[in-house]
Amino acid sequence: MLDFPRWKVIAISLLLAFGVLMSLPSLFFGESHKYWPTFLPDETINLGLDLSGGSHILLEADPADVARTRLETMEESVRAVMRRADPRINIGDISRQDGVLSFMVRDSTQVDAAREELLPLTTGAGLTGQRDWDIEVRDDTRFVLTPTSAGLETAVDNAMDTATDVIRRRIDEMGTREPTIIRQGDERIVVQVPGLEDPEALKALLGQTAKLEFKLVDFEADPNAVASGRAPVGSQIFPYPDNPTGIPNIAVKRLGGISGDKLTDAGQGFDQETNAPVVNITFDTEGGARFARLTQNNVGRPFAIILDGEVLSAPNINEPILGGSAQISGNFTVESANQLSIALRSGALPVELKVVEERTVGPDLGQDSIEKGMLAAIIGTVAVLTFMVVTYGRFGFYANMALTLNLFLILGVMAIFNATLTLPGIAGFILTVGSAVDANVLINERIREERRRGRRIIQAVEVGYKEASRAIFDANITNVIAGLLLFIFGSGPVRGFAVVLIIGICTSVFTAVVVTRMWVALWLRRKRPQELVI
Amino acid sequence: MKLLKLVPDNTNIGFLRWRNIAVAISVLMIIGSFALVATKGLNFGVDFVGGQMIQVTFEDREEAPVSELRESIGGLGYGEATIQRFGEPNQVSIRMRLPDEAQERPEAANEMTAEIVQLLKSDYGIDKPDSVDSVSGKVSEELLSKGVWSLVGALLAISLYIWIRFEWQFGAGALFALFHDVSLTFGFFALTQLEFNLNIVAALLTIIGYSLNDTIVVYDRIRENLKKYRKMDIVALLDLSVNETLARTVMTSLTMLVALLALIIWGPDVIFGFSVAMFLGVLIGTYSSVYMAAPILIWLKVGPDSFIPADADNGKAEKLGGPEQAG
Repeated sequence: MLDFPRWKVIAISLLLAFGVLMSLPSLFFGESHKYWPTFLPDETINLGLDLSGGSHILLEADPADVARTRLETMEESVRAVMRRADPRINIGDISRQDGVLSFMVRDSTQVDAAREELLPLTTGAGLTGQRDWDIEVRDDTRFVLTPTSAGLETAVDNAMDTATDVIRRRIDEMGTREPTIIRQGDERIVVQVPGLEDPEALKALLGQTAKLEFKLVDFEADPNAVASGRAPVGSQIFPYPDNPTGIPNIAVKRLGGISGDKLTDAGQGFDQETNAPVVNITFDTEGGARFARLTQNNVGRPFAIILDGEVLSAPNINEPILGGSAQISGNFTVESANQLSIALRSGALPVELKVVEERTVGPDLGQDSIEKGMLAAIIGTVAVLTFMVVTYGRFGFYANMALTLNLFLILGVMAIFNATLTLPGIAGFILTVGSAVDANVLINERIREERRRGRRIIQAVEVGYKEASRAIFDANITNVIAGLLLFIFGSGPVRGFAVVLIIGICTSVFTAVVVTRMWVALWLRRKRPQELVI
Repeated sequence: MKLLKLVPDNTNIGFLRWRNIAVAISVLMIIGSFALVATKGLNFGVDFVGGQMIQVTFEDREEAPVSELRESIGGLGYGEATIQRFGEPNQVSIRMRLPDEAQERPEAANEMTAEIVQLLKSDYGIDKPDSVDSVSGKVSEELLSKGVWSLVGALLAISLYIWIRFEWQFGAGALFALFHDVSLTFGFFALTQLEFNLNIVAALLTIIGYSLNDTIVVYDRIRENLKKYRKMDIVALLDLSVNETLARTVMTSLTMLVALLALIIWGPDVIFGFSVAMFLGVLIGTYSSVYMAAPILIWLKVGPDSFIPADADNGKAEKLGGPEQAG
């Protein structure tokens, strides 16, 4: 018992000093952090959103949406390659029903040529030679393209990667500080933004696909047919809520439009005549050339500006627009125009994202939680400390020292791992205080017991530590098991609780058993007491 | 210096004398808890049933306009709002179930939330609610199943550990004691209709960890005594073990309760339910370590031979039986 080698004392003291040092930057939070010397470690714990205030938003994509878009793109590509083929391959009876694309080749002698054209479209990118679509020919002339599950998976995966990037750009554009954007699972993205001014604006921005298209209006279409949603051949119907004619639909030509993804810039402005808020966009070179061609060939005709499948406005082309920039008018407010500009600048989302979970905590409530949590923690700790010293005297004092060091160590370890402190995490601290003393209670009660049985002081202390350690070990392992399950299955703040619990158990075993044992051994060796007050 | 002794030295209380009555009462309590959960149900928070909860403070009023608020939210067409006061009289929480269309459109819950936030802004000038929780049906189902799995997983993993470290009887005893603690906590939440949310699952897991802590300390002493006093009657031996660890049990429970009491009285309102659940759990857990975990060992016929390999002859067993051979 008394045999405590010098190197062990030094090693334990260094470890304690290191832990305490690592905890200090986290205690200098807020304003005072700038007085923290720079040559010392600067790792701090993070405050969870429930303490700092902010929003946690879980976005979910619908894989069916990706499949649908992919089918549409495939149809466009098939139409294009068949048209460009030499000689041109005529196809018809195109359908996208039941998640497969099917069409007829009008001339049966061209089936093989058509298959050749389709091959590059249906093979996946990369070296694996994975097929993205299965090609099947039925009744000699009908092609059926079925998406393979591997191809669809890759597509969803790519779409989610792109979506994550787009979201990051949008949030950066908003000027928000320290956002966390993480892909979660196959079809989800977690967005965490501390100290947010307006969560509703953020959600609106994240939920906007921002797919912009310009298409020519089919002004020859029969208004009655358009009103009832029937499209003339070669046209399609889009909803147009702000249509000045009062019909909530409009017919536009399928072909000859351009998409708005070739932008270099977008910004909110005002219409020079009406002074209404508008969005000014600038095309890149390729997009600008296409837009110039579209407007040159259709002077005097209206074209529809379509955002996410809904027509914003359908202005007349008064003159060719050659400069590569254009103005989007619509029923905007300054905010919504601004928001659309951000969305357009950061690119369109390849898949629609829906908010399936939101947790927002206002900064006041967060501050209130910190203050009340700290108050409760201090009162609880002081009560426990008093209790311990009144009951166990010197041994209680050692336990208290160990407990206090333990609190610093937990903070230090959390800072090293950049762990997050949440409100349940503060509760975890308080619980650790309650249960960390348990180890010392076990040891001290055992020493009392061994003394009662007549063992000599040094022997009683030795047996006390040894016998109690076994129960301490078993009890803490089971606590770690519970903590780990909480960490694995828990989410958000509850995870923060599990983190404090697990770290607290590990450090408390160290401080309560190893460190107090060292102090007791050093004291016994120096004083050789004849009486043991415990 | 005179030190405090909560429990006098060398107590000899016949705890186990009341074991039949205690276990009968406990079994009745478990059945009662199940009945309460079945009839009254748990007051699940949005975490587990979906929907939304908004907490707001009406800064410029003495008291929150509850009935007016209920009416104007009802006008949105999402059904009746559950409005409750929390903290100050001008603070309320507004809870809404999932809207009808949420089945097909997972985003419907959040759209409803946005409308209510908008209404609070336009009608009451509330710029920022204190907190907003909005959970879709699918996410809440996942949270619920994760919560259930973490509880079941913890119970099984811990029992398995006890089985490995001790004997199967101890594992079974610990599992039963934990089952008792968890059931009674559920019963308490059904009775009081306090909100049952993710934090409560965390509390339950902590209760499991704590109650087991207690059980293990008692079991560890039983194991030690079984090896030390090989001829002693099992009931007397269990009583001795419980008495020997009594001072520690009381001391630790009290420190835990003191820490938790601070959390209940001065802690944030957000984790009030959590703190209450923990406080109750410590009480139940301490009780169950003595009156559930120990008696079961009698019925499962634990004896000094439980720690000796079946094929060992008696002479060898005698040598193995020292306290050093633990585990």
